[in-house]
Amino acid sequence: MSQLQVKVASIQDVSAGVRHFTLVDAHGGELPAFSGGSHIVVTMPAPGRTYRNAYSLLSSPEDRAHYEIAVHRQPQSRGGSIYMHEEVKVGSVLDISYPVNLFALSRVAKHHLLIAGGIGITPFMAQIHDLERLGGDYSLHYGFRSREHAAFADALKGRVSQRAVCYDESLGQRMDFDALLRAQPLGTHVYACGPQGMVEALVSTARALGWPEHHIHSEQFLAPPVGEPFTLKLSKSELEITVQGDMSMLEALEAAGVDAPSLCRGGACGRCELEVLGTDGELQHHDHYLSDADKASGRKIMPCVSRAKCGYLELNL
Amino acid sequence: MSLAFKQETFRDDYTFRNSPEAIRRFPFPFPEDQYMYSVNIEPHTPGPKGAVTEFTLDVDEHYVAECRDKAITLEQDPGRCASLPHMMDAEWDFLEFTMESLARDYPEQFSLSKNGKAWTWVNRPLGLEQSFVFGDVATLPMGPFEYMGRQVQGDFVLLDQREDTLFADAGIVTSQADWSLAFNVGMSWHEWHGPVPQVTKLGVMDRALKFLMSLQQANPVRRLNWTMTINPRLDTSPENYPLWGGDRNKVTEQNAGELAHLRVELQTLFRMPRSNAIVFSIRCYLISMQEMATYPRWAKRFHRVLRDLHPDLVEYKGITKYQQAVVAWLSRFDDGADIGTGTQPE
Repeated sequence: MSQLQVKVASIQDVSAGVRHFTLVDAHGGELPAFSGGSHIVVTMPAPGRTYRNAYSLLSSPEDRAHYEIAVHRQPQSRGGSIYMHEEVKVGSVLDISYPVNLFALSRVAKHHLLIAGGIGITPFMAQIHDLERLGGDYSLHYGFRSREHAAFADALKGRVSQRAVCYDESLGQRMDFDALLRAQPLGTHVYACGPQGMVEALVSTARALGWPEHHIHSEQFLAPPVGEPFTLKLSKSELEITVQGDMSMLEALEAAGVDAPSLCRGGACGRCELEVLGTDGELQHHDHYLSDADKASGRKIMPCVSRAKCGYLELNL
Repeated sequence: MSLAFKQETFRDDYTFRNSPEAIRRFPFPFPEDQYMYSVNIEPHTPGPKGAVTEFTLDVDEHYVAECRDKAITLEQDPGRCASLPHMMDAEWDFLEFTMESLARDYPEQFSLSKNGKAWTWVNRPLGLEQSFVFGDVATLPMGPFEYMGRQVQGDFVLLDQREDTLFADAGIVTSQADWSLAFNVGMSWHEWHGPVPQVTKLGVMDRALKFLMSLQQANPVRRLNWTMTINPRLDTSPENYPLWGGDRNKVTEQNAGELAHLRVELQTLFRMPRSNAIVFSIRCYLISMQEMATYPRWAKRFHRVLRDLHPDLVEYKGITKYQQAVVAWLSRFDDGADIGTGTQPE
């Protein structure tokens, strides 16, 4: 995969635990344009291991002079977000992927209903630029725990206050998904990004109300869960690799120098799918990509977020 | 290869010919004696110097003549260029992509200068100079997709990605091998791939779609496809069937070397940045059997491929009427010797 090299131009703390990074091309040129909802994968060369995390771009897609990302320090981080908070300074040079969009706006929607929870506001910050430029009809509902967690509420107030509604949970303000979804005109697409519980509640409410599946969009990047170590047997390359408890299968493959395709690294895109040939235990699927039937078959696994509770897992790789 | 643009025609008197250099760089698609439909997608990385894959978009000696033929087809049938209203961002992506590629790879022929959104484009082979404002349709003589679609060889389809599939929502298609943009615009991936025999049951199209849905900026892909055409005719559309369909009855063992052409499509796919659309480029290369036979290894190979082609594919590719005549013409080059694998000429 082609990579871009960027330099950190500035860092700001925008709310409790959220650090905002401005990135410019390390060679002084223009960065590629992108579409609202895109993310980049940042490579973090920590001592002993490499982290790769996906972050949504929140700057204007038309602005090729810089990119902006916001990183929420995860309390139970495996290390990536802590690395971004503690090791990355102004002037640091980072390798990033080209922008990838797995959370694109529909270009045929009549109305766009954007639902953000906490740090989930970031992809919408860029999408709003696209919607404003295209004259798209939209409304944004942004919920946060308290004012000090409202990373971009002030920025939104200045830009699009008449289309944005904020909900401060510490004041008892909560989104009523059922009422909100019932009030939308036909042809509306709904987009949700935020904590897992919020996204799942929104999606199930929309389905229960009979919304067409293709009008419901959501994005969640999953972090690989921690588990027990096990051994990967690779049938084609005849390698055996240990997956440590705090590493994903994909990270273990990469650390061993195996060329394993991947893209989003968060269980969403499907690019890293591998064929399972056998195991002496059970697969632990965590991705959003495989169907229930795929998961039940025991023949497929997404190594970016899934793992196994077993002694060995044999892959067709 | 030198870019001396030829004066030639792809209709009426059919004066199209390949120079020896153009034959040498022809994208011959058969590495083995047997052919079976496959997706055969590979990264669109720069090929060797002089190859059709050396640059992002290939410009060759037929550039001026092909653009002229495209203009004739569009004049006769403006519907060969179509774009649904939600594709305007993708149209601008396409304009930027083609202008930047051509100016970077062929600086003696094309140039692009930018001052903010005020851009100036110069196309020397076609004698065009255009100043315009990027993003403002009113400053171009026509829509951005058609404007640049007329200035690049081959056909282009812009694919919108939504509803877990790809929709062919814009296209400029003037050199199609018996398919129709008017018929396909707005269709989804599985709709327009519906008719390919021997393929649907293999799940090939599902896998290819999944692969393309995660296509990334800066990592374009390509594949070769092929069919045959009688006379060097670019426009073999269903709409104009009366103009070319009958030629298929004229092929004999004597004239097949001159009349029958292998038609190879270099298909490339690029992810666009602003619209998240995919540009599907279908660049057509034609070579007569006589020209191919200047490299007997190719003539031998194609003789075997055509002779043993699965009957369903003979039918699908529309070559039933003249397959035997062409096989007979090519047989004189085939001594039956093993020629190994690979697409290279001698």
